[in-house]
Amino acid sequence: MSSSAKLTRQTLSVLVENSAGVLSQVTRLFSRKGYNIESLAVGTTDDARVSRITVILKGTDRMAEQIAAQLNKLMPVISVQILTGKKAIYREFVMLKVKADGKDARDEIMQIVNVFRAAIVDISRSSLMIAITGDEEKTEAFIKLMSDFGLIEIARTGLIAMERGDGSIRDLSKDRAEYELGKSI
Amino acid sequence: MKLSGARIITECLLEQGVDTVFGYPGVSIIRVYDELYKKRGKIKHILTAHEQGAAHAADGYARATGRTGVCLATSGPGATNLVTGIAAAFMDSSPVVFITCNVDEALLGRDAFQEVDITGISMPITKCSYLVRSAGELAGTIREAFALASGGRPGPVLVDVTYNATVEKAEYAYLPKEEHFGRGRSERLMRRGEKVLTQPETDIRDVKRLAEMLKSSERPLIMAGGGVIRSAGAAETLRRVCREHGIPAVSTMMGLGALPSDDGLFLGMAGMYGSDAANRAVGQCDLLIAVGVRFSDRVTGDAGSFAPGAKTVHVDIDRAEINKNVLTAHHIVGDAGKVLSLLSAELKGYGAPPWAEKDGDRELSAPERIIKTVEKLAPGAVIVTDVGQHQLWTCRTFGFSRPGQLITSGGFGAMGFGLGAAIGARIGVKDTPVIHITGDGSFRMNSPELATAARYGLKIISVIMDNSSLGLVRQKQAAEYGGRFYQTELAGGPDYVLLARAYGLRGERAENEKEFETLLSDMLRSGKGGIIDCITDKDEMI
Repeated sequence: MSSSAKLTRQTLSVLVENSAGVLSQVTRLFSRKGYNIESLAVGTTDDARVSRITVILKGTDRMAEQIAAQLNKLMPVISVQILTGKKAIYREFVMLKVKADGKDARDEIMQIVNVFRAAIVDISRSSLMIAITGDEEKTEAFIKLMSDFGLIEIARTGLIAMERGDGSIRDLSKDRAEYELGKSI
Repeated sequence: MKLSGARIITECLLEQGVDTVFGYPGVSIIRVYDELYKKRGKIKHILTAHEQGAAHAADGYARATGRTGVCLATSGPGATNLVTGIAAAFMDSSPVVFITCNVDEALLGRDAFQEVDITGISMPITKCSYLVRSAGELAGTIREAFALASGGRPGPVLVDVTYNATVEKAEYAYLPKEEHFGRGRSERLMRRGEKVLTQPETDIRDVKRLAEMLKSSERPLIMAGGGVIRSAGAAETLRRVCREHGIPAVSTMMGLGALPSDDGLFLGMAGMYGSDAANRAVGQCDLLIAVGVRFSDRVTGDAGSFAPGAKTVHVDIDRAEINKNVLTAHHIVGDAGKVLSLLSAELKGYGAPPWAEKDGDRELSAPERIIKTVEKLAPGAVIVTDVGQHQLWTCRTFGFSRPGQLITSGGFGAMGFGLGAAIGARIGVKDTPVIHITGDGSFRMNSPELATAARYGLKIISVIMDNSSLGLVRQKQAAEYGGRFYQTELAGGPDYVLLARAYGLRGERAENEKEFETLLSDMLRSGKGGIIDCITDKDEMI
């Protein structure tokens, strides 16, 4: 592995069979190679037997290709897609509870919430719970602003991602993957 | 027809044509053993002294025969004792199906007696590990396990079955092996995961490109790895390609035997302990065609400066091996034998410029002369080694002539592998002598398997290169750690001659090469196996 290669954000979408232990099989591959997972999101798809895992890591293109090839070898893995930069849309969902002591703070927070098109989902005498959806830039900026008021707690789904255009992750069958994954590095 | 889970397991073994299994019983797996008892006329069970021995034996059986090995063990410690054996099979891509039984499903996760999460433990060292909780899933899972173990790049698969699944009854219908791909779980897998179960189809355009690269190269070199050994008929095709087109070749340790050692184009083993000619050729070639190798660090050294003047083309059945350790200029995904045949067809009339030369005869060290004596007396024997200096002396010196002749733990380097693997090989191959070359350190790790050899009357000759030390580590301490020999001297170990006799086997000691030759030739003629303790100078180095 050349150390000079650039570390960038790598996004892998993995379609897996819903079976016991599949998540640990997938994540194990990352820890085994010593790659840190920055974010991980899992949910079912239109087919209840199939889940979609989105993994974000900081790494080189070669690291992503190597992991994708290893993932493809796992029996419960149906398909793997490496998503890069502008080719895909990224979103995450964040819930945060923030201190709001008194009217001034509450008003100010509500203004920011409006600007960000976030939503207040719970309110109490001295705090607000806010939910926001967006790409990483937007959610990070929002969290930063909120932290000035005092964050009580925060929960993030982690990014999910989908390729732009007509294609589907299902097109990437294990056979075709050979030609999709870094054939000419 | 409704059968118990245990019965279904044995029926599935018969579907696969299994006639030999290696294992060790226990309470969790007792139902399966009761069914094996009823099928003892069809399936022979080899009881080893330890589960690790059974795992290595099933692995050795698979390597010697090309068939899938089967190994059984009980829950908890029975299962964990397999782990080194599973890893050894995994690293060298040997097809073995491990079947373990676990506690009752109701007790899973409660730290019950002899409970362990073996599916979790074995996850990184198997192609797949399954936990079966009901008898109804058994047949499909076992069929899938066998398909997976031998399909694509071979390797070990583990099926862990809860006790209740062996007891309860489920519907079972016999399905001939040929039809497994068309039905049930395997069918579903075939639809979307064909590549892991069968050989990937090679893209002919990739092969044509390689042929072009060959034709414009001045110093082409083929590097044959374990993939050439595992792929049926690949070694034959490789020999044809090399000879017809005059392409010189080297091999990795796992690839020894792909080309006969006396072939004029075969330059020997490459890597840390390889031949000068092979390493020189790797350094000088301008096109390296690596077939069925995984570019182990023992072959490449620093992967960045490996084969510095060459474009590297990687041919492998496993897509994940490409660009894993060495960046390649071109690659072909496919079965080694098939790719070589396709290449051969593209190369009609092509002849490589002659450029590489074999090493001349070199002076052999005393231990190497022992190895040469083995070769002289039993040139066609299956040679099984353990791990250490003796293994490297064997790989450097013995003239292997056919694929599968050498059985060694190359990737994992598991000391203690040899005797178990030799037992498996002995059971798998009928008419060829099986010689186990080992060191005293490796041998005493799993020497209780002498009981297995004795119990089944298996004629295995263990040649112990006895230097009363862990030679390879000691040699490193001599070279790099100022001769501080710490924990590498084994003086005061057992008397191996007496040890063998205690098991009712022959035990002999050879103080010099002449004695060794006499003893080995006598032992090869006699019907009884045993050990020859070859006294070796601990300062001999490789």
